[in-house]
This record gives sequence, C-alpha cells and structure tokens, in this order.
Amino acid sequence: MIRKLAISVSALAAMTAVPAVAQGIDVKLGVLNDRSGTYADLSGEGSVVATRMAVEDFGAADKGLNVEIVSADHQNKPDVGSNVAREWYEADGVDAIVDVPTSSVALAVADITAENNGVFLISGAGSTNLTREQCQPTTVHWTYDTAALANGTGGAVTRAGGEKWFFLTADYAFGHSLEENTMEVVRENGGEVVGSVRHPFPSQDFSSYLLQAQGSGADVIGLANAGSDTVNAIKQASEFGITQAGQSLAALLMFVTDVHSLSPETAQGLQLTEAFYWDQNDATREWSARFEAEMGSKPTMVHVGAYSATMAYLAAVETVGSADDGAAVVAQMREMEIDDPFFGKVEIRGDGRAVHDMYLFEVKTPAESEGEWDLYKQVATISGEDAFLPMLEECDFSKQ
Amino acid sequence: MFELLGIPPQVLLGQLLLGLINGSFYAVLSLGLAVIFGLLNIINFAHGALYMAAAFVAWMLLNYLGIGYWPALILAPLIVGAFGMVLEHTMLQRLYHLDHLYGLLLTFGLALIIQGLFRNYYGVSGLPYQIPEALEGGQNLGFMFLPNYRGWVVVASVLVCFGTWFMIEKTRLGAYLRAGTENPVLVGAFGVNVPLMITLTYGFGVALAGFAGVLAAPIYSVNPTMGEQLIIVVFAVVVIGGMGSIMGAILTGYMLGIVEGLTRVFYPEGSAVVIFVIMAIVLMIKPEGLFGRPT
Repeated sequence: MIRKLAISVSALAAMTAVPAVAQGIDVKLGVLNDRSGTYADLSGEGSVVATRMAVEDFGAADKGLNVEIVSADHQNKPDVGSNVAREWYEADGVDAIVDVPTSSVALAVADITAENNGVFLISGAGSTNLTREQCQPTTVHWTYDTAALANGTGGAVTRAGGEKWFFLTADYAFGHSLEENTMEVVRENGGEVVGSVRHPFPSQDFSSYLLQAQGSGADVIGLANAGSDTVNAIKQASEFGITQAGQSLAALLMFVTDVHSLSPETAQGLQLTEAFYWDQNDATREWSARFEAEMGSKPTMVHVGAYSATMAYLAAVETVGSADDGAAVVAQMREMEIDDPFFGKVEIRGDGRAVHDMYLFEVKTPAESEGEWDLYKQVATISGEDAFLPMLEECDFSKQ
Repeated sequence: MFELLGIPPQVLLGQLLLGLINGSFYAVLSLGLAVIFGLLNIINFAHGALYMAAAFVAWMLLNYLGIGYWPALILAPLIVGAFGMVLEHTMLQRLYHLDHLYGLLLTFGLALIIQGLFRNYYGVSGLPYQIPEALEGGQNLGFMFLPNYRGWVVVASVLVCFGTWFMIEKTRLGAYLRAGTENPVLVGAFGVNVPLMITLTYGFGVALAGFAGVLAAPIYSVNPTMGEQLIIVVFAVVVIGGMGSIMGAILTGYMLGIVEGLTRVFYPEGSAVVIFVIMAIVLMIKPEGLFGRPT
C-alpha cells in the first residue's frame, strides 16, 4: 500500500514536472569538420570535445536546454559538406552547425544555413568572404579570418623591415583570400610584392617554389597556405638554407599543432598570429589541461573558438527561448555583451564578424622551450578594430 | 645570356636538378611497384601506406629506442618488408589464382587500415624528424644551393635502382625469379621453393617503399597521409613506363620528376595534373607504356 502510494506520488511529481520539461528547449548542434585529413588535428574530434565542454560548462541541463551534439566529416570537399549540412537541417533537425574549416566548404554551408534559417558558428574557416561578399544573417564568424592574419603577421613583419614579399599560395579559396589580404597590408605599410606562385593543395615538395622565391630577391616569403603544406614549406626552406641566406619566412596561418609538429629546432623565430594560446593565463591553462586530458594534445584556437561560440550561442538561445529561428538567435547574439574567458570582450557585429583581440606570437628557440608544448612567446596584442576589416554597409544585418 | 621563355638558364638548371631529386622518390617507389607487379602480378595499392609506415618506423626507432637515421635506413625497410611478407603469406597468397582486381581491392583496403591506425595514434599534423648531422648544410653550385641531404637522396636512389635492376635482370637469382613467375610448376620441379621466393619478392618490393619512406622522413612532413598523396602519381609513373618493366619504371620515375619540376616553373597550377595528362597521352598512343612490351 505504502509502496503503491510512493509510486503514485512520484507519478504525480513526474506529472507536475511536465510543464518544466515542456519549457525545456531542444537544441541540436552539428559539428562539421575535417576528421581524417590535413585539418583533422586542428579541428576534428577536438572541436566536438570542445563543443561538449561548452554544453557542460554552460550548465545547459540545469537551465532547461536539452542539447544534443552530432558530428560528421566533410573531407574538405564542398559537395560532401553541403550534403551533410542539408541533411542535418532538413531531415535531422539540427539547429546550428559548428566549426567547418576549409573555406570552400564553409562558404557552401553558409548559404545552406541561411536557406534553412539555422545558425552557422564558424571557427575553423578563414575566408573574409564569409562576412563580406557572401555574408548571411545567420552567420557568426568567431575565431579568426584571413584579414586578421594578414594584419597581424603581415603588418608586423613589414613594419619590422621586411619590405619585399614573395607569396607561396595554396591554390584554393582560402589561399587566394589570405594572399589578397596580406598583399594589401604589405602595400599599406609601404612594402612591395615582387611575385607569387600558386601551388596545388595539398603539395608535398616545395623546393621548386622556394627556389623561385629565392631568385625573386624578396626579403620575406609569405606562406599563404595551411596545415601540412605550411609544415612542408618551412621544413624545406630550412633545408635549402633560405632563412640562413637572409630571407625570412612569414607563416600567415599556423596553428600550435603545426609548430609542435615542426619542433622549435625548425620553427624557431617564426612570427604568427593566433587568437589563443594555451599558456596565456590561468584560465587558458586550466581549460587546456581539461582538453588535453581528453584529446592528448593542447587545443588550437579553432577548438577554443568552437567552445566560446557555442557558449554564446546557448546563452542567446536561452534568452530567445527557442532555437528554431536561427536569424533571431544570431540577432540576440549581436545584442549580447560577451565577456569570454579566452577571447575577452567579444562584439558580434551586424555582419556576423566576432571582433576580439588577436595576438602576435613568436616561436621559441629550443633553448627557451621548456616542454613539448612550450612553443610561443607573445610579441604583441592586436586590438579587434585593427585586426579585422571594417564592416560592409550591405552586410549590416542589424539594420535590416 | 640566353633565356628560355623568360627563365634564366641558372634557374632552369636548378629546377632540372630539383626535378631529378623528386624523380628519385618516384623511381624507387615505382620500382617497388614494378617488381611486385612484374613478378607477382599484384597491383600493390598498399605501397604508399607502407612507404609512410617506414617513415614512422624511423621516427619510432629514434624516439623510443634512440636509433638514428643511418641504422634506420636499413632497419626500417627490413621491418616494413617483414610486415609485407606477413601480409603476403597470410592474405595476398590466397588471391593469386583470381583476377588482378581482387589483389588491388585487398591492398587498397589494407592501405586504408594502416593509414587509419597511424592517424588514430599519431594524428595528422605530422612528427618532427631531423636531417642526420653528417648531411646537414649544403653546397653552393653557383646556380643554386644544393642541400647535402638532397644530393644524398639522388645518389642513394640511383644505387638502389641500379642494384635492383642488376639483380633481377642479370643475376642467377633474378633468372630464377623471372622463371618462377613465368612457370612456377616447372621451376618448382627443379627444386626451387617458388612460394617462398614469391613471398621474399613481395617483401623486397615493400622494403623498397620503406627505403623511400626513410629517405623522405627528414625532408617531408612525416604524417599518415604522406603516402596517399604520392601513390597515385607513382601508379601513373608505372603505367607510363609500362606495367612490370623494371628499367621502364626507373627511367620514367626520373623523367617525370623532371617534367613535373619544369611545370612548377612554367605553370605551377598544373603541376598536380601534368603527370596524368602524360599518362593519358601515352595510353592513347602506346597503351603498353613507353618501355613495355606489346602483349
């Protein structure tokens, strides 16, 4: 009898709890990135882990958000990425897509997201076109873009006396965008572009291009590529005595995982721009240790960007009260004052560009490096306004 | 004084030399494929994965056991070759009586598995492997700076290629091998252990890939995809040279390295496809390949 009563009481409790569950907001996040190719270490499973950490740290369950995370491999192919994105939005009820490195894929996903009124939280992709020529009201471009890299590394190197530039450029959307942005910055700072060569993506042997760069009389060889292409180019530049002969290298996009793979012996002295380094302060160290415990490596800025963007997104969903209207959630994100533990004050502009500080780092020498991941020293902080391009009038969705 | 299409001669000379260096990798790899195909009739798609595995083995020898580059240059190919023999003995051997396609599918699957395993344990960013001290630095040739290590790559590959060709075409052992694949029953009747010989041949072909892998480790990023990027090109080299032709594979390897190098100067965007364009043309004009015998 007592037992029966207990059951009916708990049933009653469950029934009274029903309104609370009904208030619960269902959110489905899809992490779409390269899980097996050249960008798998800098995004890949790490971005899934970071997104999950965000859901936990946000306390989604306590706040009545039922968050589910799915993930897929786009293999750096726009057609594969588009298919997954479409299926997620149209059949699987995904509300937001996170990460998406490889700009050509991201540009495709941005359009599909807008068509389906989802939300696109970009961390891995770099093309400025995502918030310019192909801007969308449902896009938030969180971590970095090619203009910020160009302004950071390109500006610093040119001002330090590297006036004549030769570019080694990966022959696809991202490489072109990075090359173009950097050329502008070089010229603005009184530098000169003496030549460029576009190499197939991905390439293994760069000796031929490096020899062309050497013959060009440039002070600086700008590497407008990423991942294993950059690693190979730097490894071979050191082998061919390019740096010893007085030309310097500017790796325009390099992640901490790339530097780790090169080791300070080969990468020492390189300057590079990132939005995050694990060893900046207590908060970054603590979070990175948690991440490392699960992934076995330190996080890149792409991972931490996926984390922070998801945090901001969930906060906006909570305020709006639903994840169904993507444009409304992004509009809310633009309204919010975001003070992120890793990116500091973040302003999401009308075009979806998240504006925050960027940092210029220099790779430590083997003597300075005290551990496997002790790789950078900070050279300068670049304020958000200096780092990112100004907003285009027609992309200001806050006024529309 | 003269310029060819706006390219000064010293630049051209430099690019020719670089092409030759890249050709060295193509030559050693396509030689291994040609040996395996010519003598075993197996289209070994796992070749790139085994090349990659050897580079990783060299890294492991250094980082786990403190064994440097020079011993690794011998040990890594032996280890990978032995692994190849296990594969041949346990799996490939069962497919000899079937169509080529089955061997191709099996080795392709093996390649994906090997690559996946390395990716799982070591990630895709790659691992550092330094040039051995004795070969650091380089020579100024006047028209270009030649790193000592690249010079060594050319010398080593020419020696290995010539040695292999000599062994197969000019020695008694090579004669047994060729006879054994032509008519295994007859050669077996002379008291030669044909299955063992075939296993050893596969191991040798794989060891050649391993040798190229160790050669590549100090100059290319040591990562799980390094073989995948190369293998398709190397297959094209073998097809252009003529499937199974030992000398054809070697010469075509060097030649196409040079052609690709020159493309990088005149039209860099096309350097990824030039070899395939040549392959298509060769297949149209001389389907048996440049050095192949018409069948």
